[in-house]
Amino acid sequence: MIHIDSFTGLYIFMLAGFAGWIIIGRVPAILHTPLMSGSNFVHGIVVIGGIIVLLDATTLTERIIGFIAVLLGAGNAAGGYAVTDRMLAMFQTSAHPAHAK
Amino acid sequence: MIDQVSQLLVGAVDLVAAFLLLYGLHRMASPVTAPSGIFVAGIGMAVAILVTFLDIVGVSAAARPFLPVNIGLALIALVIGGGVSWWGGRKVAMTAMPQMVAIYNGMGGGAAGSIAAVELFARHTTGIVPLVVTLLGALIGAVSFAGSIIAWAKLQSILNKPLRLPFMRYINLFLFLLSLAAGVMIAVLSQSGAVSPDFIYGFFILAMLFGIMLTLPIGGADMPVVISIYNAFTGLAVGLEGFVLQNPALMIAGMVVGAAGLMLTILMARAMNRSIANVLFSNFGDAPTHAHG
Repeated sequence: MIHIDSFTGLYIFMLAGFAGWIIIGRVPAILHTPLMSGSNFVHGIVVIGGIIVLLDATTLTERIIGFIAVLLGAGNAAGGYAVTDRMLAMFQTSAHPAHAK
Repeated sequence: MIDQVSQLLVGAVDLVAAFLLLYGLHRMASPVTAPSGIFVAGIGMAVAILVTFLDIVGVSAAARPFLPVNIGLALIALVIGGGVSWWGGRKVAMTAMPQMVAIYNGMGGGAAGSIAAVELFARHTTGIVPLVVTLLGALIGAVSFAGSIIAWAKLQSILNKPLRLPFMRYINLFLFLLSLAAGVMIAVLSQSGAVSPDFIYGFFILAMLFGIMLTLPIGGADMPVVISIYNAFTGLAVGLEGFVLQNPALMIAGMVVGAAGLMLTILMARAMNRSIANVLFSNFGDAPTHAHG
């Protein structure tokens, strides 16, 4: 089992925070909305946290709330993908002819 | 033996998944590579979800008899939650995209809050640091969940007028302090034994009420910035719950979105010539046009 203590956790958070900051640092304004949607999809990874707690549930309360966690997390991931894909596909058709010329 | 193999496999796939999610997001940040970015990130997500089911070999002995039921429930939740959202995201008109982002983001916040709730009810988390992290993630997730739903309702024109009560700022401050106090109570009581479930329910209700009241006064035109803030909030909550579950993929993906979302919020606010504080707390910003409109 991986064990992450508090300080290792803080280091991971710091480095990941920097990565996020740099990735978004210089994007053109037209990409703001697709990127918001794209990052919305990325935190849909929360669904695997939901699966982990649901598989470990022992009482009815834990099972119900764990079920809700997976339900909502799956909604976040699937919906985020569908919406981002549509936004970026629209972007592709308008960007491609300009690019080809 | 099978325990170690599956843990190794889960660890390796989660690492690859975290890389693909970041690389996908990086591709989305450039106009030329953007359309393929979501596909890269999508592959990362799909393999991460699949491999998570290998955790069944690692569940506690107490949960073992319930495994068939729990696995069934997880699959049902995946199919229903994923299916409905997928269908909704495909069907909706292009003009309704912002509120779809809001509602899916709210779901993520709700999922993070639910994970925290299970951890609190199951009392898996011991020690003051993990407990505080759980509660902090729960608070942020619940605020993001409730706030995103209000943002969705405003964009969907279900809530048309911004609600502005006198002393709203002080009411909100009071609600915030009250939910913080409930969180501290849970942390303190957990140290000395059992926490009444009522405390946990109360904590979540207060946090969601705060999220609702924080979002209600903000006008519809400012909603994209508000959704972007809640997007960063959900990322942060996911990252914090990732630490509680000791899952680095969740920590990394969550915190990257937390920071990226904050950066995006600043850029969007700047494009509107506003500051974030101005959007969140100035009830007067666009009040005249709305009040008389």
